[in-house]
Amino acid sequence: MSFAARNPSVLIFLSVLALFTLLVTVMSEAIGTGLVSTSFVKILGKTLCLALVAVAMDLVWGYTGILSLGHFAFFGLGGYMIGMWLMYERTHEIAAAALAEGPIPPTEAEITAAIGNQIFGVVGSSDFPPVWAFADSLTLQLALVVMAPGLLALIFGWLAFRSRVTGVYLSILTQAMTLALALYLFQNDSGLRGNNGLSGLQNLPGVDAPQSHVSLWFFWASALALGVGYVFAAWLVGGKFGSVMRGIRDNEARVRFLGYSVESYKLVVFTLTAMIAGIAGALYYPQAGIINPAEIAPIASIYLAVWVAIGGRGRLYGAVIGAVFVSLVSSWFTGGQAPDVPLGFYTVKWVDWWLVVLGLSFVLVTLFAPRGIGGLFDLVTERQPPERHGANLGPDAGSLREKEASQ
Amino acid sequence: MSTLLEVSGVSVTFDGFKAINNLSFSIGHAELRAIIGPNGAGKTTFMDIVTGKTRPDEGRIVWGGKSRSLLNMSEARIACEGIGRKFQKPTVFEDQSVQENLLMALKKDRGPLAVLFYRPQAADLERVRALAEEIGLADQLYRKSGELSHGEKQWLEIGMLLAQEPRLLLVDEPAAGMTSSEREHTTALLIEAAKTRAVVVVEHDMEFIRRLNCRVTVLHEGAVLAEGSLDHVTRNQDVIDVYLGR
Ligand SMILES: Nc1ncnc2c1ncn2[C@@H]1O[C@H](COP(=O)(O)OP(=O)(O)O)[C@@H](O)[C@H]1O
Ligand SMILES: [Mg+2]
Repeated sequence: MSFAARNPSVLIFLSVLALFTLLVTVMSEAIGTGLVSTSFVKILGKTLCLALVAVAMDLVWGYTGILSLGHFAFFGLGGYMIGMWLMYERTHEIAAAALAEGPIPPTEAEITAAIGNQIFGVVGSSDFPPVWAFADSLTLQLALVVMAPGLLALIFGWLAFRSRVTGVYLSILTQAMTLALALYLFQNDSGLRGNNGLSGLQNLPGVDAPQSHVSLWFFWASALALGVGYVFAAWLVGGKFGSVMRGIRDNEARVRFLGYSVESYKLVVFTLTAMIAGIAGALYYPQAGIINPAEIAPIASIYLAVWVAIGGRGRLYGAVIGAVFVSLVSSWFTGGQAPDVPLGFYTVKWVDWWLVVLGLSFVLVTLFAPRGIGGLFDLVTERQPPERHGANLGPDAGSLREKEASQ
Repeated sequence: MSTLLEVSGVSVTFDGFKAINNLSFSIGHAELRAIIGPNGAGKTTFMDIVTGKTRPDEGRIVWGGKSRSLLNMSEARIACEGIGRKFQKPTVFEDQSVQENLLMALKKDRGPLAVLFYRPQAADLERVRALAEEIGLADQLYRKSGELSHGEKQWLEIGMLLAQEPRLLLVDEPAAGMTSSEREHTTALLIEAAKTRAVVVVEHDMEFIRRLNCRVTVLHEGAVLAEGSLDHVTRNQDVIDVYLGR
């Protein structure tokens, strides 16, 4: 059987994604009717990036049973890596243009000093920290988009999995990792502008096109990345590697006694998904325009887990649905668009109450609809999980229970 | 007959409780052996030690013709060396089909990269089908194994063990919860398997042991109490006292 025939959901997903991309394009301000504003194109593009990182989260949690609460660190790291090049090149343009007005043409050293002043003035410095060594090379920074998160994941994963840290302890450790990274980046001497973060990322160096066009390009790129990432993920979980992943989730000791090195597999999945998260972040932050350390606060990674849980873990489209649905609803409520609800004695302001609603729905979904929104599709396809009399699918707290296992 | 596995002077202590006490055991290349003993005698712990799940406090475990020590190997490594294990509770991957379970167990390169690009060849599928035939699950290949009956799960697990092509098979209470006809099938499977490899069966049921018709090792309080034919050990006064006389 061909790949598409074995995975009809992949074909459906790609069609929906293509249709959606086309629809947004013909309604965009840049080349369409203008029904969809540029800022909304950016929101949609960012949402696709969140869907991609949710797919990565589903691979690591929903399929392999590792409840990582640190994948947003990799997402942010990817954003920082591309942000460095964007900011450097953009500042280079501006500095070179400003100096060119002078009576004598500036030297390379003068330009570099001007860029340094411009970028690091806010943290009271003007020297380039060593981490900016490759900032002038798009190729190298693009490589770092996957290498930096990948390397961090590799080192962290190697330490954690080798000592067989599992379940809730691993989750806590991943939270500590993302917290440590955020705290480090908050420092002014971290070399990445402390809490100012990197800004002006929406401007593409060397490109004169208006934001309406740039936003559409990034939207397309995000859709492409999500499509490719989705197909890759489906290919990964559809083969024997996926069998081993699900085996590890359900009973890792048994997988070990089959002769598979569980630690290596976990490390591969953890690192691979960190790289995917890095790519998603590198597409997200140019659309957001700014990245700062608050983006990788521990809560961000927890949201990621909530999206996947609400969407339905252990199925790829569930992760996408969860990320898209929750993040869009979330930005509607917190963006002040949702009308307040006057109760007479108290007015419910959604900006304040949205988190409560989200937390509550997370608890309710976990308790009563563990298959998440994606579970609704089972009503159509009548996919039935095996009857297991409520038994746990695996030995860890992080593994799925009967009702949740669906693939 | 040369020995395949030689365990000598092994002890394990759990929180001050000596679960295995100076145990010695050995088995040849194509031998069927039954281990019996009361609950808590240390039978499962013995398997844990051989498969690398539990590290012994002292003693030696020597494996294969090259006499390698198993003590420093990981569980996965020991499994790749050719020691397969069936757990007391049937543990198959219930969320996956019978075919997927068997394919995962099939003796192939276990490295992540090789597995990533692995696509089942016709020969592999044929082998899986033959195994399914042997364990009586040929017409259930595409069913999720979670839907199988208790006995069928036990067989699937035995099938997965055979797929691994191990040189030593450790089987923990295979007949528990089986009907008598299922037991007969299981006996036949094990006797057949022992023709080409070493098989160690832990079992409570005397009838089952009798049908295996093999050498018996009696374990008690973490040490070997008696060893020999079933008739020989059942005549042993110590054995009668601690186990059969109850
Ligand atoms: N991980 C462990 N921690 C503490 N005690 C254990 C552990 N595993 C086994 N034991 C104890 O060791 C003894 C032997 O257990 P086991 O090998 O399971 O016996 P059985 O012969 O019934 O399979 C029992 O008393 C059991 O309680
Ligand atoms: Mg036992």
